[in-house]
Amino acid sequence: MGGMAAPQVAPVETPATDEVPAPDRPWVTIVWDDPVNLMTYVTWVFQKLFGYSRERAEELMLDVHHKGRAVVSSGARERMEHDAAQLHAYGLWATVDRS
Amino acid sequence: MSMFRRHGDRYVAVFAVDEVRVLRKVAAEVVGLLTDGFDHTDPVVGRLFPDAYPEDGPGSAEFRRYTEGDLKTAKIDQAGAVLAALPDEAGGEVRLDAEAAEAWLRALNDARLAMGVRLEIKDGTDLGAELDDAVAEDPSSSRVFQLSVYAYLGYLQESLLNALID
Repeated sequence: MGGMAAPQVAPVETPATDEVPAPDRPWVTIVWDDPVNLMTYVTWVFQKLFGYSRERAEELMLDVHHKGRAVVSSGARERMEHDAAQLHAYGLWATVDRS
Repeated sequence: MSMFRRHGDRYVAVFAVDEVRVLRKVAAEVVGLLTDGFDHTDPVVGRLFPDAYPEDGPGSAEFRRYTEGDLKTAKIDQAGAVLAALPDEAGGEVRLDAEAAEAWLRALNDARLAMGVRLEIKDGTDLGAELDDAVAEDPSSSRVFQLSVYAYLGYLQESLLNALID
């Protein structure tokens, strides 16, 4: 995932702001590929949790599927931990890391 | 095999008695795994409660301390939503509102994740071929049954998801 793509994937509660410089988004939530989750389900979860469009959610799902992982949100550490916990509730394999 | 369809604002499926039994069994197994049988060394628990920081043990433990209780409760509740909506010991209709349908989706997913770990499902696993092999070895084996249930749950989850998205 390119650095510039990440700010567009902010969670719905903190509206996407392309202008925000990277230092304000020091952490990322990563979703990893796993052999069980259905592709349609993963897309649906991204739409549901982050308010992404169908197209954006599908793009992220395909990144997860083909590249093994995708950054699905970025921001403050507490926020990323919240996102990871939500993703775990839906059964997605999510981790938190520095961006 | 039954599938979910949308009827107005409800999601409806009619299950045969065998399907009801299987769904009750898998939902009860998930509840068991999350209550009396909860064990952090079980790979299924590892998959349902992943480390938030794979390379930071203390960080993952801290995350777990704050999130695990709620996550466990949510997973038990969603398995409970499946049990609550099913007929008792007969076949019959299941009608879900949107909230219950989402609980079912997550619960079916948890059950599939648990079975996927036990069955050692990998990326690129051909379920049909696995099933053929298992049948050739011993048609009455537990693996044949488990693989069939795993495939069935995927089919059911997909039908519910399609009904929701529709």
